[in-house]
Amino acid sequence: MRTPRWLGSIVAVVYFFLHLPLLVLVVFSFNASRFSVEWSGFTLDWYRRILERSDILAGLRISLVVGIVSTALSTVLGTLLALGLARHRLRGRSALESLLYVPLVTPEIVVGISLLILFAALNIGLGVATIIIAHVAFSISFVTVVVLARLAGMDRHLEEAALILGADEWTTFFRVTLPQLLPGVLSGALLAFTLSFDDYVITSFVAGSGSSTLPVVVYGMVRRNIEPTVNAISTLVLVFTSILIYLADRLGRERRAR
Amino acid sequence: MGRLRRRLLGWLWSRPALQGWTLIAPAGGWLLLFFLVPIGIMVGYSVMRRGIYGGVEPGFTLEHYARFFDPLYLAILRRTLVVSALCTLICLVLGYPVAYLIARSRRWRNLLLFLVVLPFWTSFLVRTFAMIFLFRDTGLVNTLLLRLGLIEAPLTLLYTPFAVMAGLVYSFLPFMILPIYATLERQDLSLLEAAAVLGAPPAARFRRVTLPLSMPGVVAGCLLVFIPALGSFLPSDLLGGAKQMLIGNLIQNQFAAARNWPFGSAASLVVMATVLVGVLAYLRTGHRPAPGMR
Repeated sequence: MRTPRWLGSIVAVVYFFLHLPLLVLVVFSFNASRFSVEWSGFTLDWYRRILERSDILAGLRISLVVGIVSTALSTVLGTLLALGLARHRLRGRSALESLLYVPLVTPEIVVGISLLILFAALNIGLGVATIIIAHVAFSISFVTVVVLARLAGMDRHLEEAALILGADEWTTFFRVTLPQLLPGVLSGALLAFTLSFDDYVITSFVAGSGSSTLPVVVYGMVRRNIEPTVNAISTLVLVFTSILIYLADRLGRERRAR
Repeated sequence: MGRLRRRLLGWLWSRPALQGWTLIAPAGGWLLLFFLVPIGIMVGYSVMRRGIYGGVEPGFTLEHYARFFDPLYLAILRRTLVVSALCTLICLVLGYPVAYLIARSRRWRNLLLFLVVLPFWTSFLVRTFAMIFLFRDTGLVNTLLLRLGLIEAPLTLLYTPFAVMAGLVYSFLPFMILPIYATLERQDLSLLEAAAVLGAPPAARFRRVTLPLSMPGVVAGCLLVFIPALGSFLPSDLLGGAKQMLIGNLIQNQFAAARNWPFGSAASLVVMATVLVGVLAYLRTGHRPAPGMR
């Protein structure tokens, strides 16, 4: 089937629109001029400047801690939930499944504010722990949905074979089920980490004054005055998340290939 | 120890229902405690009196909901709906052709798809910042136009409704493309051949076969754009200079400067209710939200 030319040009414009702004951002992180977009020579100054700013480095450290801890927690909880939902016909299951989809469609601002209210009502001080709690709360659903998709395409005969051949359930789970499930679990984990690492809206409500993550620090910089250091950070974040997405995508492809 | 564990596990495995609940309880508990309960508390807050330094005072009142009938807040509500709807429409018009082309291409499909997914997962903040970088007075658009001699003084692009809309569309376009692509990709092409054999011209084949079959994706895409647009406050804050308040800005403001938590809670619930109406309407059509969309 041939596609009309006008269709092709609309699509070209859309791709241009999607990628040009990011490309420009990256290119000008290497520009020597501070104030304009006139090209005035290649420099790595803005990247060096990142290393001199303790607020950015502290934000990065907190983002990594929050990302790693919340990813670990939400991956384990989300995977268990997926196993429970897929393998057991329980009463109240459909209610739980609806509960699973609520976080996917709730506006982030509502999630952030309701958690802020909860922490205030319980008199819990805001800090790294509250950020982690919030990130796990919105990541679980994503992990579960990804793992459920993997479980749906899995061959259960292998597990049955293992059981018939005398392996106990514990061994079967770790030697048969989990290895098959692993690509799904890993791509769920990468997704959770990306969500956590990028989140600004929810974090801005549940972060205390001393626990600003990288996006919160960057937001402050963008609001005050824009300097090319922001371009440099953005470029690094872009490269980092692109690698994660690429990995998640490859795991996903492996999933389809099997 | 090992023996005990084994006995315990054996006992657990002989009771499937209990085992199921053991798997479900941790995540279910987390979602209950940190998702449903907070929203429940928010409902409670929205009908209580305002505390002076944030928080609430005991007492029942519906004044916070009544405030939405104030012309000022009605205008914010209406603007939010109009902006979100317009954003959804623009995304549909731009996104459908892209989804169509990706679904029909063979050689470039994976690359084209990856190029859509990439900005989709890129930090929202970075994408909004990219827009500022383009639109500010000394930004790329103005510099290019000045250089080309098309304008003599920089145009005011940043802090305008135009910039906000561009930022919203830029942020949410992939949400539209992906679900439409998913339905188009699954489509049985022999139906189109049949239509062609029966003498339908290309336009009719699209209108009577492709389009109706892709409607689930279109509806899902519209919902996935409309929902986050409705609750968004970053684009109107950073690109609109908070001049044209959306309900997201209003909510954020109630918890930051204004310290009116009950009113902020009521506003959040208005957003949530609008979203739920949309989602329920969608579920009635018999589809589940597509995975990995936000």
